[in-house]
This record gives sequence, structure tokens and C-alpha cells, in this order.
Amino acid sequence: MTTPANLKYTRSHEWLRTEADGTVAVGITFHAQEQLGDIVFFQAPEAGRKVTQGEECAVIESVKAAADIYAPVSGEVIAANPEVADSPERVNRDPYAAWLFRLKPSHPAELAGLLDAAAYAKHAESEKHKSP
Amino acid sequence: MSTIQAARRSTPLNAVHRALGARMVEFAGWDMPLHYGSQVEEHRRVRRDAGMFDVSHMLAVDVSGAAAREFLRGLLANDVAKLGRPGAALYSCMLREDGGVLDDLIVYHLGGDGFRLVVNAGTADRDVAWMESRRATRGSAVSLAPRRDLAIIAVQGPQARAKAWAAYPALRAATEGLTPFHAVEAGGIFVSRTGYTGEDGFELMLPAAQAAASWQALAAQGVAPAGLGARDTLRLEAGMCLYGHDLDETVTPLESGLAWTVARTGGRDFIGARALATRPAERQLAGLVLLERGIMRDHQKVRCGAGTGEITSGGYSPTLDRSIALARLPRAVAAGETVEVEVRDNWLRARAVKPPFVRHGRVLIQV
Repeated sequence: MTTPANLKYTRSHEWLRTEADGTVAVGITFHAQEQLGDIVFFQAPEAGRKVTQGEECAVIESVKAAADIYAPVSGEVIAANPEVADSPERVNRDPYAAWLFRLKPSHPAELAGLLDAAAYAKHAESEKHKSP
Repeated sequence: MSTIQAARRSTPLNAVHRALGARMVEFAGWDMPLHYGSQVEEHRRVRRDAGMFDVSHMLAVDVSGAAAREFLRGLLANDVAKLGRPGAALYSCMLREDGGVLDDLIVYHLGGDGFRLVVNAGTADRDVAWMESRRATRGSAVSLAPRRDLAIIAVQGPQARAKAWAAYPALRAATEGLTPFHAVEAGGIFVSRTGYTGEDGFELMLPAAQAAASWQALAAQGVAPAGLGARDTLRLEAGMCLYGHDLDETVTPLESGLAWTVARTGGRDFIGARALATRPAERQLAGLVLLERGIMRDHQKVRCGAGTGEITSGGYSPTLDRSIALARLPRAVAAGETVEVEVRDNWLRARAVKPPFVRHGRVLIQV
């Protein structure tokens, strides 16, 4: 399992990367895409939408199931990744390059509450053993 | 988890799947491969080249005895009297008295008084019990032999037969002239030109102890392992019913696009015949193609001018790169009509079509 050390993570399997301009890119983890299988559809959030931490704001569908994507922090949606909307399989090929959307955080303090790579890896491993 | 896993049944190829790194899932009580990495890639391999599926969870039941033919003529909605020469096969539903579908199956004529039924894994125990009970009430000279000693490997795709012959050169002479829906026993392998993908190919029934070696021999010829995930998207594109989704005890074959499998001539009385003659078929099983972005899923609601319906099998079609479905709809809905499907709280437009969506690698519907 790969969990890059420079990213933050949620317990619901999103990753988050803070960019130089203070916005954040959001994607789903290697573990998440592996559980879902081939990803075939991404419903992006509208740019300009205000979201609160933990709110459902996008949908990923695989051949197997649909998965809600939750906002890892509160903020405003700046952009969605058109390449993922066109070719959702990018998320399987390289989940950490295939960002789904970018947010401008409204409560940057929330970032400190996210998981680091080690904590997430432990969390994902424990879920792996739970799932059938 | 441990108790569930302990209860799962394993096919003779279980260790092979695990060695290949398959993602294993529970299916009808069996521990089966969902995919070996990419379900979509496996689907494409079958459409373009050749793939193989372990379907040993399905059960072959041999029916023999002086009254076997008459027993099956009363048991099945299709008529085994159509099976002229040995090796001929027939797709049929097995019905309750009320016309509801207990299972869908393939029956092969083995020659003489011998027949072989291949039934679904999830219904196998119930099917055998049903057949035993019907045999008892008729007091027929019929014996039933469930064949859990057999493994079944489906080799499917435009190159499937050529690659099977490359793996088993001795099979070629015996199976080259085999026409679709016929089978022959050759070199200890029961080879049938049947499948569940909409592609050409063989289904191989062979002793369980030979299954792993056969799998490896086929793999050596470039036949790609494919899991239940690809099997499901392939059969959905081919417009084939999946028992428990598109077919069950609450519907009749006449409401499921399977009127062609009900033989109503020949002056015989099969179980469910009277119900089919009187029970109105108000519904149909139609195909749907989603006209908007999204994925249709099982049990989603459908609304249309003639009333409401429900998706029975929905998903993503790799060949069409859009969502397709089978849906139980009011009979009045015609092909070409636009309906609406409730996909995750949104009503999306879909077009009703006549399945199949894809056969022999070609798209057969207008998108």
C-alpha cells in the first residue's frame, strides 16, 4: 500500500495536498481505488460551491459501486479536474496524481485535524482486515 | 469474518485464483474471483481475444433412466424433445406451478436416456430438492446424479476455440465441427459450444483433479483469467438474464424476454404451463441505455408514460462506454421510447432498446 508522506488523509479515504497558493487538492487514496475496482464515472462538484468539512460533494462510481466523496475541510470549490471527468480510469492508474477537485479552505485550522500518512496507513490496514 | 469465510465453498481452482492475486468475494456461498486486477480489461480481452472463467460453482446434474426424457418434458418449460441428436443443448426455465421461475439452465442430451442439466450455483440445492420431489410424485424410472466431481471452465472470445485447440490439440478433431449449442465428450472433457458472454467459445466440464492443469494449459496459450465481474458485464451487454436479478419466482419467462424458450406445442403438460396460459403478462424485460452521465444500478426506479418499473441489472458497459441496464417495465413501453431512471436522487433520461446490446464484439443498438 502506498501513502505518500507529503499528503494529509481522512478516515473516509480522501487525500489532501496543500498547494503553494494555500488552496488544497483532493483525491482518493490507493486503498480506496483498490477497494472500488475500475472507476468509470466521476461526478464533479460545481466550482463556487461552498462545502463544510465532511459534506458529500462528489461521486465516484466504479464497475462495482458508487462512493460519495466527502469534503476533507470546509471551503469553496475552485475547480474540478476535467481529465478525471473524461477519463475516470486515471484514478486507478495514479490515484495521487488524479486530483478530483480543489478547495480554498475557509477554516485552515481543520487541516491540523487530518491524518498523516502513518496514521492513515494504519487505519486503511485495519479496514482491509474488516472488509470481506 | 472468520465464520463467514469458513462457510464459503471453494472450487477446485481456488488456489489458482489466489496465486494469481485475484480479489476474492463471496458469491452464492462460494469463494470466487471478482477480478484479477482490472475487470474492464478482462471484459475487453474476452470481446477481442480470449478469456476464461472458473464457473465450477455451477452444478451439473445428470438425469438418466428409461423415463428421463418424459420427466424432463414435464419439468422444463422448453421441450427436450427438440434435442434430436446426442450433444444437442437447450436453454430453459424451470417453473413453479404458478409460472414463477425457479431457475434458468442448460440441458444437454448425452445420448440414449441420458441428459445433463447445468444449473445456477445459488439455486442448485433447491433445484435438486425440487427435482427429487417431482421425481417422487411421478414415481418415474429416473435417477438424478449431482456432479460436484466436475469442474467447469468457460473459455470465451473470438480466439477462444483456437486457443483451446492450441492447449489441447487432441480436442480439435472432435470439436471443430461442433455447432453452437452442441456438446461432445472428447478425451475425458465434456466440451460444449456455449457461453454467457455473447462471444464464441467453449465451456469445458472436466474432472476436478484436472482443473488446475487445464487452466494453466489455457493460460500458456494466452487465455486471460477473467472474474465474475467481467462475466457480469459481458452477459449484461449480451442481454442475458442473471437469475436472482432479472429472473426469480415472482416473474414468468413471458415477462422476461424468454417466450422463445417456452415450447407451447407438442401436446405436453409441463409444470407452470397452465399458469402461463392464464396469467397475464403485464410486464416485459427491456434494455435501457442511459442518455446522460451516470451509472444505472439494480433496483433503481424507472418511470415512463405507461407507468413505473425497476432496473433488474444495471451497470457500466465497457464496450459502449456508458451505462446500460435490463429493466422490468410495463408491456406498453416500446423500443426507442425515452424513459426516466432515478439515479442517486436525480431522474436521468434513458432509451428503451431491445437487447442484446453487444454480440460477437459488435454494438447492436443505436446509441
